[in-house]
Amino acid sequence: MTLMQSFSELMHQRQQRETVKRSRPVETEVTKLDVRNLNFFYGDKQALFDVSMTVAERSVTAFIGPSGCGKSTFLRTLNRMNDIIEGTSHNGQVLLEGQDIYARDVDVVALRKRVGMVFQKSTPFPKSIFENVAYGPRVAGQKQYKALVEIVEQSLKRAALWDEVKDRLNDSALALSGGQQQRLCIARALATNPDVLLMDEPASALDPASTARIEDLIFELKQNYTIVIVTHNMQQAARISDRTAFFFQGYLIEVDATQKLFTTPTKKQTEDYITGRFG
Amino acid sequence: MSVAQVTSPLSIKSPSSLTRRFSWTRAREQIIRAVLFLCGALSLLTTAGIIVVLFTEAIYSFGGTAFFQSVSITDFLFDTVWAPQHPDHPRFGILPLLCGTFVIAGLGGIIGLPIGLASAIYLSEYAKPKMRRIVKPVLEILAGIPTVVYGYFALVFVTPYLLRPIFQTWLGFNVDIFNALSAGIVVGVMIIPTVCSLSEDALRAVPRGLREAGYALGSTKFDVSLKVVVPAALSGILASFLLAMARAIGETMAVTIAAGQQPRLTLNPFRGMETMTAYIVNISLGDTEAGSMEYKSLYAVALSLFVITLSMNVLAQWVLKRFREVYE
Repeated sequence: MTLMQSFSELMHQRQQRETVKRSRPVETEVTKLDVRNLNFFYGDKQALFDVSMTVAERSVTAFIGPSGCGKSTFLRTLNRMNDIIEGTSHNGQVLLEGQDIYARDVDVVALRKRVGMVFQKSTPFPKSIFENVAYGPRVAGQKQYKALVEIVEQSLKRAALWDEVKDRLNDSALALSGGQQQRLCIARALATNPDVLLMDEPASALDPASTARIEDLIFELKQNYTIVIVTHNMQQAARISDRTAFFFQGYLIEVDATQKLFTTPTKKQTEDYITGRFG
Repeated sequence: MSVAQVTSPLSIKSPSSLTRRFSWTRAREQIIRAVLFLCGALSLLTTAGIIVVLFTEAIYSFGGTAFFQSVSITDFLFDTVWAPQHPDHPRFGILPLLCGTFVIAGLGGIIGLPIGLASAIYLSEYAKPKMRRIVKPVLEILAGIPTVVYGYFALVFVTPYLLRPIFQTWLGFNVDIFNALSAGIVVGVMIIPTVCSLSEDALRAVPRGLREAGYALGSTKFDVSLKVVVPAALSGILASFLLAMARAIGETMAVTIAAGQQPRLTLNPFRGMETMTAYIVNISLGDTEAGSMEYKSLYAVALSLFVITLSMNVLAQWVLKRFREVYE
């Protein structure tokens, strides 16, 4: 079976799954994120060149491309995570529901509460499971214990971790397995009640079973959240995303509906990459 | 090239090279090894020697002349008067000395630990690299000032120009010229570099990913510093606190000069006090007759001090191990 065929096969399986899952009719797309002519620099070195794209609400968008292509950097511009790196600069606009997140009057702390992030390496704080999930609401000023308990339970349920940890919420988060830690980090991100969830290769350090759980979870989460995910794994992008963007050497080469990008890419570089000719 | 050709030169040589013969290279290696071992053993032997001397002079000596063979350990630990020079009824209650030591070290800790930790947080989380390059060497200069200078500074500056105007003239307390507070203040300043440099190492060892996760959850820089980085570095911070306190307790010259030499059981920081270390200085410099009880009391005090600082160091090691979070 050629790669193209295998992707078509994947697409087919997914469509069947989605028709089962999605009872509500597909709504007209609402643009959540709108990036316009974004250039990004680490010091003098330009990492992103004139990137423009939109991300629709309640969808999964995957960024693919070889290492160092700028996909992670681009993801991190969407919640201004790059701000904490010394010597970075940018020009262009990133609009979240029409508001430029790099505008002078934007509160970065508030932005990051609305645009949550999950990292490649799970980063549980050296605290209890409960305290990890309660961290976001706590720094946001939630002091009532009852409310926190509810948020923690809800977030853990949404991250499909509740059943595994409900009897040991006070245990250290570091005692969880790798896959559980990553779902804990997702729960922790959900606890701040974001509408966009950025994921930077969330499953790349996990075994296949844990990866499958995370993918199922992403599929569930897109009912309520806008998800942008960076992945090394093209099969993963094909399995879970609605739209896929291919980055190469700091340029956004092509962005399209996932099915179309994987079966009939318009650019030569995209085709070379997804058929495994390089990268 | 065949295999036989490759191995043949080796097989000719090997019988002779396996036989052990004198060689200068090997002899030199042996000598270097011995010298290095002696250097290592020296510090070990010194420690052992000190412990043996402390033990035989203080606890038990076969001639029956050790300190605790004349003075009961209950008197030593619970009598409230330290008067070894009294001609008729010398009393050896270590409480006044312990009190002086812990009041001054405590005051030093109250001042030095928070400031040291705060400056460590500043250096590790807030300061730009350029700022760090300036501040760190300055802190090291602070650590390099001889402690006798601190003591002198306490006596001729802190007490007359800082404490007396505030507490005596303004608030109406009676401030002795030798007093525990001035000693506590300079000891506090003295331990800042220790706390700061060790805590900063602990803070900077916290992986970047934890900080990013904190920021991504909508934390301010202060939230990340206090609620993510400090808890993650807790073991190192606690260990730095314990080491700094061990240093404060063992501090000698500054407290001898600043707090004076009157063994006094009080918690009033404006009075003069004598610490264990100051007493040792006192006896070592005075014309105490060797072999007298007064002279031997020095060893009892030294032993107590040794036990206290040693247990703090051991505790620091234990805390470091017990509370260390392992990050790959």
